[in-house]
Amino acid sequence: MSKRQDFATAAKQRILIKDGPYGTEIQRAKLSPEDYSAGTSLEQDQKGNNDLVNLTQPQVIRAICDSYIDAGAHILATNTFNANRISQADYGAEGLVHEINAAAARIIREAIDARDDGVPRFVAGAVGPTNKTLSLSPDVEDPGFREVSFDEIVEVYVEQCRALVAGGADFILIETVFDTLNCKAAIMAVKQLERELGRDIPVMISLTLTDLSGRNLSGHTVEAFWHTVRHAKPLTIGLNCSFGAEQLGPHVQLLSDIADTWLMAYPNAGLPNDLGEYDEVPETTAALTKVWAQNGRVNVLGGCCGSTPAHIAAMAKAVEGLSPRAVPKVAPDMHLAGLEPFTLAA
Amino acid sequence: MNELSTARFVNIGERTNVTGSARFKKLIMGDDYETAVEVARDQVENGAQVIDVNMDEGLLDAERAMTTFLKLIAAEPDIARVPVMIDSSKWDVIEAGLKCVSGKPIVNSISMKEGEEEFLAHARKCMDYGAAAVVMAFDESGQADTKARKVQICTRAYELLTGIGFPPEDIIFDPNIFAVATGIEEHDRYGLDFIEAVEEIKARCPHAKTSGGLSNLSFSFRGNETVRRAMHSVFLYHAIPAGLDMAIVNAGQLDVYDQIDPQLREACEDVILMRRADATERLIELAESYKGKSAAEEKAAEEWRGWDVKRRLEHALVKGIDAHVVADTEEARELVFASGGRPIEVIEGPLMDGMNVVGDLFGSGKMFLPQVVKSARVMKKAVAHLIPFIEAEKEASGLADQSKGKIVMATVKGDVHDIGKNIVGVVLQCNGYEVIDLGVMAPWQNILAAANENGADMIGLSGLITPSLDEMVTVAEEMQRAEMTMPLLIGGATTSKVHTALRIEPAYEGPVIHVLDASRAVGVASRLLSDTQRDEFVETTAAEYTKVRAAREGKGQSVLLSLDEARANFFDAYLSDKAAPPLQPGVHAFDDWDLAELRDYIDWTPFFRAWELHGNYPAILTDDVVGETARQLFDDANAMLDRIIAEKWLVAKGVAGFWPCARDGDDVTIHRVNREEHVVLPFLRQQVKKSRDRANMCLADFIDPAGDWIGGFAVGIHGIEEHSKRFIADKDDYSDILLKALADRFAEAFAERLHQHVRTDLWGYAPQEQLTNEALIKERYRGIRPAPGYPACPDHSLKPILFELLDAEANTGITLTENFAMYPTAAVSGFYFGHPEAQYFGVARIGRDQLEDYARRRGADLATAERWLRPNLD
Repeated sequence: MSKRQDFATAAKQRILIKDGPYGTEIQRAKLSPEDYSAGTSLEQDQKGNNDLVNLTQPQVIRAICDSYIDAGAHILATNTFNANRISQADYGAEGLVHEINAAAARIIREAIDARDDGVPRFVAGAVGPTNKTLSLSPDVEDPGFREVSFDEIVEVYVEQCRALVAGGADFILIETVFDTLNCKAAIMAVKQLERELGRDIPVMISLTLTDLSGRNLSGHTVEAFWHTVRHAKPLTIGLNCSFGAEQLGPHVQLLSDIADTWLMAYPNAGLPNDLGEYDEVPETTAALTKVWAQNGRVNVLGGCCGSTPAHIAAMAKAVEGLSPRAVPKVAPDMHLAGLEPFTLAA
Repeated sequence: MNELSTARFVNIGERTNVTGSARFKKLIMGDDYETAVEVARDQVENGAQVIDVNMDEGLLDAERAMTTFLKLIAAEPDIARVPVMIDSSKWDVIEAGLKCVSGKPIVNSISMKEGEEEFLAHARKCMDYGAAAVVMAFDESGQADTKARKVQICTRAYELLTGIGFPPEDIIFDPNIFAVATGIEEHDRYGLDFIEAVEEIKARCPHAKTSGGLSNLSFSFRGNETVRRAMHSVFLYHAIPAGLDMAIVNAGQLDVYDQIDPQLREACEDVILMRRADATERLIELAESYKGKSAAEEKAAEEWRGWDVKRRLEHALVKGIDAHVVADTEEARELVFASGGRPIEVIEGPLMDGMNVVGDLFGSGKMFLPQVVKSARVMKKAVAHLIPFIEAEKEASGLADQSKGKIVMATVKGDVHDIGKNIVGVVLQCNGYEVIDLGVMAPWQNILAAANENGADMIGLSGLITPSLDEMVTVAEEMQRAEMTMPLLIGGATTSKVHTALRIEPAYEGPVIHVLDASRAVGVASRLLSDTQRDEFVETTAAEYTKVRAAREGKGQSVLLSLDEARANFFDAYLSDKAAPPLQPGVHAFDDWDLAELRDYIDWTPFFRAWELHGNYPAILTDDVVGETARQLFDDANAMLDRIIAEKWLVAKGVAGFWPCARDGDDVTIHRVNREEHVVLPFLRQQVKKSRDRANMCLADFIDPAGDWIGGFAVGIHGIEEHSKRFIADKDDYSDILLKALADRFAEAFAERLHQHVRTDLWGYAPQEQLTNEALIKERYRGIRPAPGYPACPDHSLKPILFELLDAEANTGITLTENFAMYPTAAVSGFYFGHPEAQYFGVARIGRDQLEDYARRRGADLATAERWLRPNLD
């Protein structure tokens, strides 16, 4: 069976659990600048380049991954949010993009394969938005200017995805989408890679909202976004980051009603406090997300900023035995989208 | 309902198309992208649902022009909100465009012109980028002209596309519209071929859509716009029912089908539908006369067109003529600009002068609300034209705009009625106030937030159903809690000075003013914002309300009987006269009642009242004072009714049911077939002490305790949203309000007609009844249909029970809000009582004893029951 089918089989049986973030867990390892760059010949200070840790301190990543597996996670994402050419250029590490991604996928693959317990688990190769946007001009004086082109972004993503797949990723997770056009470029990259490799590479897509009105940074509403990316035939569509579960709820509900595919949501652990720290306790996150599960809104639940293995474990426990969301049937209307959705009824 | 835009037919404008608009071409060729972006903005503001962008011009670098323009409009949220149609005959230009569009666009177009391989390669690209695609009916041997070729090419393309997994709903076939009436016989069938082909393609290619470029059709009549417009409208009139989903057409090149001269309309129909052999000759002949006719019309209109621009603007505002207002406004702006002035001066000068004339005429009773709303439409169009200039200036200088004041207006949470609020909003805008309209169902959080964010000067609340009164109290309490001080205006059909004084004003320390009707709104707003009059006005009003409260507390209150005393004085109906069991018991649903029939049942008097024209129909039409306005409004209403019926804008859905029951005290207990649990309908009894022989009535009194029947119904008029949206996009509040008022009338007419059907057929207790509409309106029939929320049955919360009995949501599509308002708003529901002595009455004030008793019978806690019955409590 293909990984797409394996996933579908698992998702029909239960609400699956996705892991939490790597950044905060890596910080807890208190790595020195030397630890970060160990074994490389990079000249710049690499402290804070968490993606490089896949290559230089793989045991740290493996330990985090193991803790999420122990917490009950089925979807294990790679620690590669910024492991693309554009973001790595800030560290002068763009030459290592392939190695970082391949290593990152391999670590998760090995961690999963080491468990022989019959529980379905998948490697999701995580792809972040990069720090350049295709829809917006960074220059207020010149609204038509773009820092980067569609084709460049496609190329950047192809490089990253190729390495993730080579390292053993089952899916590509296009996450924290703040610019819809960047996401379309990522979809294009996966399609190109599928043709290059002659195989199916399922994508998971996860939008992030910039404000409570329910739009991302490029201005798309949740519904417009779904219609815009539906051609990717994503394995999962969903939302991550942005806010805590409490604020994300209405948007999850909206998406749940209209998206004819599996739904994955992984909110932050509440809203940050005055010091920028997340202090929502695992029980609270679990209770809030449990309501979504009880209402049949989700297929995959996980955590984003501020979540820890304890949060993931609490969520896993809270939704155990609850039925997963049934994928709705949708009318064959023609859907178009600007920043807002437009439907021409069948 | 969210603001999701769903359409059944899409007009795609061609104003951002260099091949369709000479102006746009000139702007792009001249590298004036800034103005070109404004063209797109205008188009969206005027209601375009999709914008077509085409840069195919030999002298242009089309790829560069396409990407530059698309990136620029992406930076404008009010343009980028709608989808784009990337239009080019060159694939490279299309693909470059696809890389700049962040939503889901339409590609226009791909075809099999260069063979299957290239066709499918382009289709795969569309799938990769996530775009719908227009597929031209074009193959290796050329463009499809006959019906057979059109159908053959499109079905072949459909099979190829679905074969590679292209989603069928993303395919839009363009089976080519060609010119007709060219004098060449082979061209005669082109119109009909297209229409017939559309029908067959839709049948053979499930979920696919169809489209066409309309301007080709009338190519032979270049220069004769009257005929071209008529041809386009007639063509769409026939092609849309055949299944046409979209058309590329300049909206200005369309006429209202019903308003086309019937002779011309028939001639166009003869040509397009090929109804007679000499159709072309006849249309050409007729067309000649239209060349002359439009000239003659212009001559007649010339007189006021010859005046200076200031007077022309005033004339247009007073008469409500919007045909030239944009050009005249532009002329005024250029004049002001030439003398070194600012664009805002056009508003402050000639436009406000004109609106002041309108305001004076309205204030002195020489103009009436329908005319004022039309004037507002003209004003809005003029202002819309100036806004970009004012914004540009503001951006340049950082100046703040000046309005007389800002008012946040909303229909409160739980209520969906907005005709009155919209009228007040229009009147205020006409008078220079900026209105921030939060629409219907606005929770207090949004109202307060909008007032704070916009630095509003006051808040205006509206509502129609009685629970809205409570919600208004909540808003007032929250304003108090937020320590706000701005004035709060209260309006709407159920609001009153008494309620405002008793319940709302005590909740809020800032000024609270009840506004009786739209004509008072401006006076109230201007006094509240006046440095010199405000304090006195606020104090006078507050003193008035204090007096109202004092009067209520002390004397003047009628005496209440105890509930037991009132029950002892019940209405003793002759129960042996009760209606026989229904001929057709059970629930009967009607999913599309004939609107043409309902039209005859319309009660026009309340229609005029909605427009603040007071008087009874038909006498109002010949009234010395308001007669002319009433007639004009009546004509406009009938013209719209013609279209509503002919074009099936609205759908009337209704349900009626009858159930065996018995009176049990003040309850009516319904026994449903095959169900264990009974349904209890608790009713309220009058408690105010009556003069000697009059009873303290309760609806239960009309039901036999030994066994009887009761009925219920719900009717609703669906479908206004699409048209309302169109009118609003066109800044046409007049038509919007007209449509809503007519939908309300249809709902009432349907209730009347259904009740008649119940009496004569379904229940059938009055099979011989023969009544005129006038007699129906005067309720000269047997039996009543009291509605929850109205005087005889004031508790709105009975609606969910009634709806459950009728399965009304499934049967009529009507839903209830949390406060039991019905949506769509044009809806009526109620109970049927068939007893000959059944009559309407008002429950009026009730005592605590009945409240407690009712709460127990209704199964609600005391606080909830108190909330439901507040209007009837002290």
